[in-house]
Amino acid sequence: MTTYRELLEQTKAQIDEIDARTAGELAGAAWIDVREDDEWQEGHIPGATHVPRGYLESRIESAVPAKDTPVVVYCAAGSRSAFAAKTLQELGYSSVRSLIGGFTDWKRNGGEITIPRTLTPERRTRYSRHLLIPELGEEGQLKLLDARILLIGAGGLGSPAALYLAAAGVGTLGLIDADIVDETNLQRQIIHSLDTLGTPKVDSAKASIEALNPDVDVITYRERLTSENIDRILDDGWDIIVDGADNFPTRYLVNDASVWHGIPVVHGSIYRFEGQVTVFKPHDGPCYRCLFPEPPPPELAPSCSEGGVLGVLPGIVGTLQTNEAIKLAAGIGEPLAGRLLLFDALSTEFSEVKIERRADCPVCGDHPTITEYIDYVEFCAGPAH
Amino acid sequence: MSVIRIPPALRSEAGGAREVEASGATLRELLDDLATRMPALGSRVYDSGKIQPFVNVYVDGEDARTRDGLDTPVREGSTVILLPAMAGGC
Repeated sequence: MTTYRELLEQTKAQIDEIDARTAGELAGAAWIDVREDDEWQEGHIPGATHVPRGYLESRIESAVPAKDTPVVVYCAAGSRSAFAAKTLQELGYSSVRSLIGGFTDWKRNGGEITIPRTLTPERRTRYSRHLLIPELGEEGQLKLLDARILLIGAGGLGSPAALYLAAAGVGTLGLIDADIVDETNLQRQIIHSLDTLGTPKVDSAKASIEALNPDVDVITYRERLTSENIDRILDDGWDIIVDGADNFPTRYLVNDASVWHGIPVVHGSIYRFEGQVTVFKPHDGPCYRCLFPEPPPPELAPSCSEGGVLGVLPGIVGTLQTNEAIKLAAGIGEPLAGRLLLFDALSTEFSEVKIERRADCPVCGDHPTITEYIDYVEFCAGPAH
Repeated sequence: MSVIRIPPALRSEAGGAREVEASGATLRELLDDLATRMPALGSRVYDSGKIQPFVNVYVDGEDARTRDGLDTPVREGSTVILLPAMAGGC
């Protein structure tokens, strides 16, 4: 009978061991960490590949396809890696070494370590349907959790956007809205409810988001966006703006500020049965002023409170905006930049028109003439008024 | 004939129509024809021989401004979209 200690000694006699300094000088070596998952999560040697010892035989050939590659195997202290090194020799690897003292000595001697970012088991479950999508996966989900998205308006477009962004695990959501929830909102603003009638929309929305996903940090701004407060709000650091404003002065203000702050805007607007969606990426495609250099006269631009809106329409347009925001945050797909998507709910038709950056755009053009905030209310009232 | 799509905010000037037909080989001829048939709508989008600055006109999905403006050719069966900005997010 052989004891563990005897077996370890016999094994070590049949393999090569290497100290950290010498190992560091091995050119082109593949470093293999054979410890368990929880040990790897707590930190590993930078550049190492994790192949738990239990999977060594089955996975090593995809991790290290060429069997003449120098391989440095390590575990916590150098015992499991000795057995692993012997296995690798048996599999035909010609230049295998086991790291003396393993990760423990490496760390104790001040060696550089990497602590991998991974999802907790709870998040792995919550976002499992995202993790299964190859384009998104754990890396994409971590990007969503790191993302900071600012929503202008917690109304028709903001409601579905906030709920789906929260469900998707966008880590930080900012909400700007000065209004109070009233009965006429409930026909479409699904983030609010009878329970929150009479309360500020930002507080009502925050409560719904927190009930849905505690991973999301909600920052509320119960104020109307103006030239005076927009820089302060944008300086809180936002990756993406989802614009669901309900008036032209705010649309132009958000545009100018987003160009100057370099923040992409996912634009959506609705009226009765029709919606428009696009993405404005500053200096990488058109801005709102390239698309609409000036607003229509007020009589041609009735608001929903004057002209009405089909309740489901902001649901459709707001979720299209959310799709764009998620793609931008995760860095996947083709954004709806340089294209304006038009939706007609009565005929159930989508159409698309091309939009281009204008070299003579007063804000994002080659020679900008507007370089600071203007009086947006006056600008939108038009020269005739 | 080409089809001109009318935005919701301008439909009252088009008798409620979502689309109207007009003919012409260029955008100018098409809008002239539209202005003759529907003067109220015509003057809203097309005034003194110029497209109103707050209305975008797309010929087969492309902005007429980035093509040849009023001289942009229009084919038989082309779709022309008149599009003023909409602000609503409510």
